[in-house]
Amino acid sequence: MNPMIRLENIQYTNKDRTILSVPSLSITQGEILGMMGPNGAGKSTLIKILSCLQAPTGGKLYYKNAELPISRIPLEQRRKWAVVLQQTLIFDTTVFQNVAAGLKIRKVPRSQIKQKVDFWLEQFGISHLAKKNAHQLSGGEAQRVNLARALILDPEVLYLDEPFTALDYPTKVKLLKDFKAIIKQTKTTTIFVSHDVTEIQFMCDRLAILMDGHIVQIGSTANVLNNPNQYASPFIHDMSLHIE
Amino acid sequence: MDLLIEGLKKAIEMLISGDPEIFEITWLTLRVSLTAVLISTFIGIPAGVILGLTSFPGRRFVLILINIGMGLPPVVAGLWITMLLWRSGPLGSFSLLYSPFAIIMAQILVSLPIIIGLTCSAFQQMDEKMLLQIKALGATRLQTVRLLVREVKIAILAAVIAGFGRVIAEVGAAMMVGGNIRGETRILTTSIVMEVSKGNFDVALALSFLLMSLAFIITFLLTNLQQRNRVR
Ligand SMILES: Nc1ncnc2c1ncn2[C@@H]1O[C@H](COP(=O)(O)OP(=O)(O)O)[C@@H](O)[C@H]1O
Ligand SMILES: [Mg+2]
Repeated sequence: MNPMIRLENIQYTNKDRTILSVPSLSITQGEILGMMGPNGAGKSTLIKILSCLQAPTGGKLYYKNAELPISRIPLEQRRKWAVVLQQTLIFDTTVFQNVAAGLKIRKVPRSQIKQKVDFWLEQFGISHLAKKNAHQLSGGEAQRVNLARALILDPEVLYLDEPFTALDYPTKVKLLKDFKAIIKQTKTTTIFVSHDVTEIQFMCDRLAILMDGHIVQIGSTANVLNNPNQYASPFIHDMSLHIE
Repeated sequence: MDLLIEGLKKAIEMLISGDPEIFEITWLTLRVSLTAVLISTFIGIPAGVILGLTSFPGRRFVLILINIGMGLPPVVAGLWITMLLWRSGPLGSFSLLYSPFAIIMAQILVSLPIIIGLTCSAFQQMDEKMLLQIKALGATRLQTVRLLVREVKIAILAAVIAGFGRVIAEVGAAMMVGGNIRGETRILTTSIVMEVSKGNFDVALALSFLLMSLAFIITFLLTNLQQRNRVR
């Protein structure tokens, strides 16, 4: 299988502290890669580096086997993927305008924007909120807007940093199902950070465990969760205790 | 008390009769103030954005100057402009002193720092992650600034309102660089000063109504623009 994204010796150091160190990582086209790890493990940092929102302090990044110029990523390149950041930051305007933001930035014609936004609002069950000011939304509603704003871009790669945390349970289940169907159907390569094992089990083909800036284990989701290695097991163990 | 009631009566009479000179003065005041505020806005917002979002050597020093400028006494601004435009001064050959242009310059000088300073602090206060979010959506630099301006629209309009307030109330500099010349540089504030000094309280009162109405209408429009689409 062709790797969509490949990392080589990626480092991120802050002063003398190594925040992230990933000797190698390949992400296959169309797969959903999960990422778990304790707070401060570097998950968000890795997402930002992968999506070129933050330059690593060392290493190489390949996209479809072509090396990316890390210090100056062309805008066209970044526009091929979409990112849902951990903090849901919604613009101070209507829900419609929020979801349309990325398309407007790409100068998509107005008629197409309307059609696409209507479609995605429908997908996320927030059509009735279209004209509402987005700052009035509940946490769960805001997260849907955030997800719709990313998915509408029809990205080749989707980076999701804990996108479902503010949703209540029945909503989450419904959204996860729809969401998985969408990304599987569109064959969107997805990197998905989460704290929720159920979400990970349901969504991800593979799972990486990140601890202290290192990927300590990576493999098929079931395998990692059932047979964690010596480094990953304390984390997986704590997590299962938490569930019970 | 009589003075007040008599003054009020006379003032209302003057307004109703529609004295052309009064309206000429009001019209000039409006033109001069709006021009000054518009220019200050067009220079001040981009300057505030740059000062608020970027870092460069000497930035702190520039910020200190701007903050001092926010409290610049209008008479000092007037003095500088006068010296600049004085016959033997750097721009003396254009003979711009005692023209509406000179008043506009002085008003820009007192309102520009306010607009720059308040815009800058609005941008500095914004969540850094908002920048990241906009970048994540694939925005160009210009698009980023446009989106950010929309986010801090309320604070930016507050800056413009404050700048306008300073300009419309300003009298010291306008007197000095404009000279309060009848039919040329006489604006509401300067003519109020003159009428009061002549003891014509009724005329001064009528003028003050006009000045306050002007301030009220413009501020009303700006506030509506600021609060548009607000729910809270
Ligand atoms: N802007 C920053 N400046 C300094 N340190 C940071 C910054 N962002 C994150 N860190 C540090 O980097 C480490 C990894 O953070 P992060 O990637 O957010 O972890 P996670 O998403 O796994 O919780 C943490 O120790 C955090 O304190
Ligand atoms: Mg995080």
